[in-house]
Amino acid sequence: MQNLTNRSKVVSDKKMTFLEKIYLPAILRGMSITLSHFFRKKSTISYPEQTREFSKVYRGQHVLKRDELGRERCTACGLCAVACPAEAITMISAERKPGEEHLYREEKYAAVYEINMLRCIFCGDCEDACPKEAIFLTDRIVSSQYKRQPFVYGKDILVEPLDPEKRIDISARQTDAVRKFKENKKYAHNK
Amino acid sequence: MSLLKVTIDNIEVEVEPGTTILNAARKIGGSVVPPAMCYYSKLEGSGGYCRSCLVKISQSSAKDTRPMPKLVPSCRTAVQDGMVVLNTTSPEVMENRRAITEFLLLNHPLDCPVCDQAGECHLQDLSYEHGLEETNTIEERRTFEPIDIGELIKLNMNRCILCYRCVKVADQLTDKRVHGVLNRGDHSEISTYILNAVDNDFSGNMIDVCPVGALTDRTFRFKSRVWFTKPMDAHRDCNTCSGKTVVWLKGEEILRVTGRKDTYGELEEFICNECRFHKKKVSDWVIEGPRNIKRNSVISQNHYQNLKPTGDEPQKPE
Repeated sequence: MQNLTNRSKVVSDKKMTFLEKIYLPAILRGMSITLSHFFRKKSTISYPEQTREFSKVYRGQHVLKRDELGRERCTACGLCAVACPAEAITMISAERKPGEEHLYREEKYAAVYEINMLRCIFCGDCEDACPKEAIFLTDRIVSSQYKRQPFVYGKDILVEPLDPEKRIDISARQTDAVRKFKENKKYAHNK
Repeated sequence: MSLLKVTIDNIEVEVEPGTTILNAARKIGGSVVPPAMCYYSKLEGSGGYCRSCLVKISQSSAKDTRPMPKLVPSCRTAVQDGMVVLNTTSPEVMENRRAITEFLLLNHPLDCPVCDQAGECHLQDLSYEHGLEETNTIEERRTFEPIDIGELIKLNMNRCILCYRCVKVADQLTDKRVHGVLNRGDHSEISTYILNAVDNDFSGNMIDVCPVGALTDRTFRFKSRVWFTKPMDAHRDCNTCSGKTVVWLKGEEILRVTGRKDTYGELEEFICNECRFHKKKVSDWVIEGPRNIKRNSVISQNHYQNLKPTGDEPQKPE
């Protein structure tokens, strides 16, 4: 048969020499390789004390943004849910009552908004589909749980805190081109 | 009298005298049919307001081979023998349709994420096909407060494109006219005048004839997006109407009931308010099976399976 590579070796049954018989040189050579790795740079880090630097557009846990007045941006239009390839998003909408204008930006809002993090594949399609700039993926990691149920994230986890200090910064996800696009008056109807 | 021969987009069709160009095009079907926002074949005197069905006539008739000097509304113009009509094959018509779409959207808010009509809105379809991504106007749109017309219907005047369809329904379907269009031009608005409640058995049909989300069902208000519900053909014994409807299910719950609409979004039969608003239990209905939904509709995104072929499945390339 023709050899596929030139690395094949012919096996022989020749007698070992004395040096080979005592195995010591071979052991020492192996140990020296092992010991040399002790002084190399480690490829692991001790998470969670240390964290790695993430890409600016890392797709981790979602956030439901509030606008500059602290009102929820989401209007429960359902486009994220219909765009979701994993069908991880469900929502129930409700009508804003008079006096709730400071809580919700639009006439309609999501009374229930749930993302099943076990289903989510973090593709970012929901972010792309959102017409209201309400949902964004962030560089936060979805924490592990012991049971399945806590992975269904509701609005209590997803909506960002009202406190301006604790808002989730997503500005790095928007390039200058996007910001310029928004300033164009011709596209003002998209706001 | 003999049939008239008319050519629309290089397709010949023979129609009865007195047929409009739009109906002749509908006889051919497919992409030849001009869009119609205000014309409604079941409503007498409808059409002519929205101008989205304008077509070019390159030959008026066999006897008079001159073209018509300007675009004509196909829903109001009767065909003549030997007429040659250009719809999608004329760049002038398509450019005009783009402008008409922009014109219709002048005062129309972009609140599709909130609007209950989104997903089955004719204006949405029209602007998707012919509209621009950008707007040329930066002026404020005219705004109204949403009004409740009775317990069951919501009027959102912001979204109205003044197609007059609902007025014709009130005129022709009901015995007492209770609403109409007030004021003129840019100021015109649909109104019930001093908020008279519309309490006729067939008043709910104005929701179905409305091409946009100006008139919506209050019992379905913000319940669900259209594409998360499953439309099923259903019927029941009804004394006032035929009882043939579409029920929109979410799980085992009927979220709303509408009439059955044909390819052009027109109701096959008008249904009564009893069926539409008050029969929201599955036990009230005999469910026949899934409604045929066009595969390019967002409603079919809901993994909605057709049992019967609709005729617009993707064709195998030859």
